[in-house]
Amino acid sequence: MHTLKLIIRNALRHKIRTGLTVLGLLIAVLAYGLLQTVVDAWYAGADAASKTRLITRSSISLAFTLPISYESRIKGVEGVTTVARSTWFGGIYKEPKNFFPQFAVTENYIDLYGEYLLSPAERLAWARDRKGALIGRQLADQYGFKVGDVIPIRGSIYPGDWQFVVRGIFEGSDETKITRHLLFHWEYLNEWLVQRPTRKANQTGVFVVGIDAPDRAAAVSRLVDAQFQNSVAETLTETEQAFQLAFVSMSNEIIAAIRVVSYVVILIILAVMANTMAMSARERTAEYATLKALGFGPGFIAWLILGESMAICVVGGGAGLWLTPHAAAAFKQTAGGIFPIFAVSHATVVAQVACALAVGVVAAIVPAVQASRVRIVDGLRAAG
Amino acid sequence: MPATQPVIEIRNLVKSYHRGGQIVPVLTNITLDIQRGEFTALMGPSGSGKSTLLNLIAGIDKPDSGMLRVGGLDITVLNEGELADWRSHNVGFVFQFYNLMPVLSAYENIELPLTLTNLTRAERRERVELTLSMVGLSDRADHYPSELSGGQQQRVAIARAVITDPVLIVADEPTGDLDRQSASDILAMLQRLNTELDTTIVMVTHDAFAAKTARCMVYLDKGELILQPPVI
Ligand SMILES: Nc1ncnc2c1ncn2[C@@H]1O[C@H](COP(=O)(O)OP(=O)(O)O)[C@@H](O)[C@H]1O
Ligand SMILES: [Mg+2]
Repeated sequence: MHTLKLIIRNALRHKIRTGLTVLGLLIAVLAYGLLQTVVDAWYAGADAASKTRLITRSSISLAFTLPISYESRIKGVEGVTTVARSTWFGGIYKEPKNFFPQFAVTENYIDLYGEYLLSPAERLAWARDRKGALIGRQLADQYGFKVGDVIPIRGSIYPGDWQFVVRGIFEGSDETKITRHLLFHWEYLNEWLVQRPTRKANQTGVFVVGIDAPDRAAAVSRLVDAQFQNSVAETLTETEQAFQLAFVSMSNEIIAAIRVVSYVVILIILAVMANTMAMSARERTAEYATLKALGFGPGFIAWLILGESMAICVVGGGAGLWLTPHAAAAFKQTAGGIFPIFAVSHATVVAQVACALAVGVVAAIVPAVQASRVRIVDGLRAAG
Repeated sequence: MPATQPVIEIRNLVKSYHRGGQIVPVLTNITLDIQRGEFTALMGPSGSGKSTLLNLIAGIDKPDSGMLRVGGLDITVLNEGELADWRSHNVGFVFQFYNLMPVLSAYENIELPLTLTNLTRAERRERVELTLSMVGLSDRADHYPSELSGGQQQRVAIARAVITDPVLIVADEPTGDLDRQSASDILAMLQRLNTELDTTIVMVTHDAFAAKTARCMVYLDKGELILQPPVI
């Protein structure tokens, strides 16, 4: 009872110093949580990817396309049900910050993505319109696109002013599904390429390959790639999930940097906290010596310091913890749809709690040990 | 224990400090008895070793050699923990700069040593209130040290020192930071404690006026007892 009273009143002694330290902890725990959530969000797309779809791409690089003549040979491989084409378009809607993905796809692409729900009428309307496009619900909501709207896209890989007419809006089968992209006809893109002798037509970025059994993914992948061994354009086939992860790992350095920064933030607050506790403990040397003279043991002194450190960390860390989901929601709003899934994970919360507690303990160790060991006569002399 | 046995028995006490690899002798061969119920003033010039001797008697420092018995117990053989426990029951401290906990009220400061005992909250309250009235600060119970004058703070410190009913009260220059009026109030209070409660008091001072309050004077110079103190 008395101990708690001393701890809390000591913590409130330098209100500005304690306040700034609490604020620092709040920011550190919040920043750590948000950075970890960014990392999670980065991988979320890959996690959601299907294992019953394979992606066949050029084994050299994603920048190399594959001839559509491969299609029939892939179809011939045992276990393959559907082969669709998909080409990354990479255009810009009004301004670069309005980034959303666009793919030029064949109609059977829709069959492979059962998680995107589209009415048969809309699908038919799309099939009938050469310039037609399908967009996801999240994209439609973000910019207020409706069926019949014309979306202007400035091509960068395929320069020019493109116009797509919204013919359908697909819904995600559940809320983890990202519906923030636009699909249009591969044929429409190909017509454009055919008209330009300097460009290579009849190519696809990747083939999306549907298979009958997910457990045969590896075997089918090997069979597909074997078809094109020693050809001009060798292929690399893997599950969509593996493909997404490979795509993500291109940014591995960035992710690693974000991870490092999140821990650096914690180390910085640890240094600040340790400094605060060392300053407080040093100022109170005479008080600790007095307490020892009165008969209080070194353990009591250590508890006073550890308790104060923990109190500051619990308040600051707790506030940061409480703020994190709110900040994440706000971040998701302002960041548009770069991270369609942006939720603070359970693991992140646990790590935040662990970091705050660890900072509290570690920052107190040296001052607590020093103060508890101070010789009474030396400590008393420090006063006079 | 025979009634005549001194409460403090010091035999051939030696104490030196190490400073920068050098050994600085502070007390050389002190032999001294202090009787129970005595009010002793420890006098001497600055740096003569008064505080050092007082600290040894109070059990917050350890001698290099010699014997030191307080209340019949040889405290030189006790370890840190035993000494702490012994101090909490037997010694009351009064310091020059009061050394109160700034975050605790007068009441809480006085109660502090009692939190090391098994007394209940109600028992503690009763004792603290009694002691507060004894030092004339009942109306200041909720004041923090920063809200009290130097003299009032020292009265709180005296209350904290007597609350456990110790065998011995040690006071190191208890009036050193006070104006004359407050100083004589404090000295009168110590005198009352000594006569009314029969508490043994050892007080370090270099103020002749303060020393006159005491019933007995011991004079230290350069770490040695002077048997014939100079006339004050
Ligand atoms: N903890 C210590 N470390 C080193 N030297 C000390 C220490 N305490 C006291 N001294 C030295 O011992 C001598 C006596 O000190 P002290 O007992 O405080 O004298 P007084 O109280 O009579 O003024 C002084 O020279 C002082 O510098
Ligand atoms: Mg002194």
